[in-house]
Amino acid sequence: MNWRVIKDRLIANAMLILSITSVSFVFLIGIGLYWRAAPLFEEQTLLSLFSGDEWAPSKGKFGFYPFIMGTLWVTLIAIVVALPLCLLTAIYLAEYTKSSIRNIILPLVNILAGIPPVIYGVWGIFFIVPIVRTYVAPVFAAHSSGYTVLTGGVVLAVMIFPILVSIVSEVLRTIPKELKDASLSLGATKWETIKKVVLKQALPGIVAATVLAVSRAFGETIAVLMVCGNVPVAPASMFDGGYPLPALIANNFGEMMSIPLYDSALMFAALLLFIIIFLFNLISRIILNRIESKYSS
Amino acid sequence: MTPHPLIRVRDLNVHIDDHHILKHININIPDKSVTSIIGPSGCGKTTLLKTFNRLLDDTANVKVTGSVLVHDEDIYAPHAEVTHIRKKMGLLSQRPFPLPMSIYDNVAYGPRIHGIRKKSELDSIVEQQLKDTGLWEEVKDRLHSPAAKLSIGQQQRLCLARGLAVEPEIILGDESTSALDPLSTHKIEDLFVRLKEKYTIVLVTHILRQARRISDYIVFVYMGEIIEFGPTEEVLLDPKEELTKQYVKGFIS
Repeated sequence: MNWRVIKDRLIANAMLILSITSVSFVFLIGIGLYWRAAPLFEEQTLLSLFSGDEWAPSKGKFGFYPFIMGTLWVTLIAIVVALPLCLLTAIYLAEYTKSSIRNIILPLVNILAGIPPVIYGVWGIFFIVPIVRTYVAPVFAAHSSGYTVLTGGVVLAVMIFPILVSIVSEVLRTIPKELKDASLSLGATKWETIKKVVLKQALPGIVAATVLAVSRAFGETIAVLMVCGNVPVAPASMFDGGYPLPALIANNFGEMMSIPLYDSALMFAALLLFIIIFLFNLISRIILNRIESKYSS
Repeated sequence: MTPHPLIRVRDLNVHIDDHHILKHININIPDKSVTSIIGPSGCGKTTLLKTFNRLLDDTANVKVTGSVLVHDEDIYAPHAEVTHIRKKMGLLSQRPFPLPMSIYDNVAYGPRIHGIRKKSELDSIVEQQLKDTGLWEEVKDRLHSPAAKLSIGQQQRLCLARGLAVEPEIILGDESTSALDPLSTHKIEDLFVRLKEKYTIVLVTHILRQARRISDYIVFVYMGEIIEFGPTEEVLLDPKEELTKQYVKGFIS
């Protein structure tokens, strides 16, 4: 056989093997986490693990409800804060600015993505925490230390801002000019065109960008851990402290490991996070398919 | 020379960056007839078309001087309202670009933007325009399915229906059949000929045979200047200018 043909096949197979390997990591990690968390299931039912709200490792009580809620609160606040701002920024960059200005702003936004999370954490402590404590919480008649899920959410929103802005503005720029012209030529204003045509056409891309940002937000550890108080109680409002799952693992892993089942509990926390992200991706995939089948051929 | 002009262009110049795209354009586009703008690619014919509904406004570094009068209103006057101007002209682009919504909503898009909310009114507009463009029988059972599911030829007729729904006076076509198969092309051409009873139609085309088949007047543009303008038979069969002769015979393209 010709050497060039052999090389062609070798390359194709090598790439196949690499792809399979990377996909198999998803399953290996899932199985590994389950295996290490398994001892916990012998002591407690799954239901009590999910719904239990008492966290007392020394008494053998592992309730994960506060941590699940902490994770959801922080992530939800982050996306609610970030998404509208990012959309408007991306629309401005893609539709309203000249390319010379865009070429200055976008790289600067991307620098935000390169700042290490610990710096966001410190910034959160010195900047967002006092603002929440002195200005925001009193407005809602809440007494607060400033170390709250709101603070965590805001810090996280700033952290996911660059991914959302750069992906969404790229998506918006792929919308054909002729499509916008079609709407404009019917007498629509620029804003009407953006609202009714551009955003609609870009919806799958915007959802995909949001999924990426939310996945990132679920897993963000250090910055969130530094500003959201780390109290193992489910937050009742955004001015309460919270304790997201990644923070739980990072704070405690390697310490007090003599307590029975403690490491299994932390592995279960990791498994929970894994499942949350997995489910989230699955659901958004289904939504994406719905949207795509609705408006394309 | 021409009966009752609807669009009158006076000393129009267009610069994009440092390029002088259109040079001292003066022309009267006749009412209720088909006028084709022909010329080699890159000569500025599409740019000329786009000056009629100010679609150049969003192009970077563009400078337009002179005036374009529709009836007696200068659309480049400082107080001219661009949405109002564009409403008067339907645009049919090279390839069909249906809006990302249903067939019904595509046609209803324009009327809705201009304030029509009543369902019965929208229903009758949609039905009327789809009938006018010969689509009604083909799509009446699936008005609420996505427009993107139609064939390319149907999409182009839908785009025409969408443009007509805002009751324009002028239809602008930018090589509107270049992406279509012969049969769909034929349907669009037929539509243009029928529609000229009610509308003034300006087409950009690089197909001389098409220009001959459907247009009443021909504008020949070369290197950003109008070389010749007149009735179709005159320009194509007995051109006065040497450049036109060469283009019609196929020596320059």
